[in-house]
Amino acid sequence: MSEQIAHLRTVLLEQVHADAVQDVQLAGLQPALYIHPDYLLAVCLFLRNDPAFYVDFLSDIAAVDYFPESYFEVVYQLASIPHQSQLTLKVRLEHDRSTDLLPELPSVSSVWRTAEWHEREAYDLMGVFFTDHPDLRRILMPDDWEGFPLRKDYQDPEIYHGIPVKD
Amino acid sequence: MSRYNEALARYQEKINSIQSQEMVINMGPQHPSTHGVLRLELITDGEIVKEVIPHLGYLHRCFDKHAESMNFGKSIPFTDRLDYLSSMNNSHAFVMGVERMLGMEQSIPKRVEYIRVLVCELNRIASHLIAIGTYGIDIGAFTPFMWCFRDREHIMAMLEWASGSRMLYNYIWVGGLFYDLPVGFEERCRELVDYFKPKLDELDEILTNNQIFIARTANIGVLPADVAINYGCSGPMLRGSGIKWDLRRVDGYSVYPELEFDIPVGEGKMGQKGDCWDRYKVRVDEVRESIRIIEQCLARLTSDFKRTPDFDPRALVPKKVNLKPQDYYVRAENPKGELGFYFVTQERSDIPRRVKARGPSFNNLSVLPALGKDVLIADLIAILGSIDIVLGEVDR
Repeated sequence: MSEQIAHLRTVLLEQVHADAVQDVQLAGLQPALYIHPDYLLAVCLFLRNDPAFYVDFLSDIAAVDYFPESYFEVVYQLASIPHQSQLTLKVRLEHDRSTDLLPELPSVSSVWRTAEWHEREAYDLMGVFFTDHPDLRRILMPDDWEGFPLRKDYQDPEIYHGIPVKD
Repeated sequence: MSRYNEALARYQEKINSIQSQEMVINMGPQHPSTHGVLRLELITDGEIVKEVIPHLGYLHRCFDKHAESMNFGKSIPFTDRLDYLSSMNNSHAFVMGVERMLGMEQSIPKRVEYIRVLVCELNRIASHLIAIGTYGIDIGAFTPFMWCFRDREHIMAMLEWASGSRMLYNYIWVGGLFYDLPVGFEERCRELVDYFKPKLDELDEILTNNQIFIARTANIGVLPADVAINYGCSGPMLRGSGIKWDLRRVDGYSVYPELEFDIPVGEGKMGQKGDCWDRYKVRVDEVRESIRIIEQCLARLTSDFKRTPDFDPRALVPKKVNLKPQDYYVRAENPKGELGFYFVTQERSDIPRRVKARGPSFNNLSVLPALGKDVLIADLIAILGSIDIVLGEVDR
């Protein structure tokens, strides 16, 4: 697995951009590549279209809050149905945890349509903004909810529409 | 904040500026054919649905937030409540992920693994029976619904006997099981299989080959394979479109590599490939395959791995799950499709930093706006029923 990741890294650096891959995580059960947010869309398009990889199935997008450190990670779980392989991509977003200015990265919903709802969920619960997303509304929480509940420093509101929320 | 509210304003603008011949209809959240509290906002022109806008979240119970405030073992009962029709499969996937992170996957006794697969397949049949029965009732066939629920009740009784609970079992634990199977379970299970097999043929006669049912489902909601993959559909949705993709075979987890079963795929027998009838048929065929798996499990559980007085299914259950900081995504084949759990663990703590559940229903449902364009309202119900969603998992 780790040789494949190392190979993929060199391919991406050659074919997409010399700065596309920031780092590579070889330890653990699932090695992963850290992709530079600016080249995420190009990397995803390349991976989906290149016959050697043909990563056509997006399983999951998960946003992770690394409180108290000041960064978020967005983790893409990908799979290739013809090659029967799996791949993990990560994007690290430095951020000062304010709720007025959200961390941003490009949407991959133009590559895999399933990303549309996953990104809406990440925006809704973790407050990560995806640029060029066709319909980035909240999905699980009500439209007028304030704050992003899955952040580690999130405080429950006292009251919502006149209903006491805290017990 | 205006930039972040652009999409909401766009949506409100769309609803407010519909043309005069169009009408906005709310289907749900209290509507029997939405299979739970799903609200579909339909923009209709007469009987034709122009656009479907799903609204989720009515059953949002904060699984992710909940799971990151307690240790792994305590989260298992909550996983039962994600897809509450197939609780065994959910906890199997969750437990498998934790076991792999602990590195104890290989040391689980074979008897435990076979019992897990046995109860999972029983639960898969129960889940598919609900899908088949409620699909019938969505389209107006009442009898198959009663038949399916009657047979499902026998399976519920078997699982209650094993775990003590009818629907939410908490039976599969990290490193083992809650209890061994009760004495006599294997024999009773064999009787159940013998009872159930002819019932499936009856079901075929009344529903699968029913002319009215075929007329309502064939050539309706055709989902091409490339669209299905692009929308992240999995399970019977993807197989109904003709892709042979079953994680039990692809990943070969647990003892599935030792078992013989086929992967049914949609063939377009009654119409185009990937229509509602194909998805329905895949589920019926999967029930037959599950019966084959159950028979093989029962044979092994009464021969090679039979009950011994000193066998303790809790022998390997860890008192505390101590994990190095790592992250892992585990996926398993649920009755509805690919169920995934993404774990991020943290240093010196048995409480995970992040647990994300990837529900198959959530992804399968996301294809509905694409499938539900320019169809009749009655066909939209047929399409929604063929997706087979469970709202507990869509909203988590």
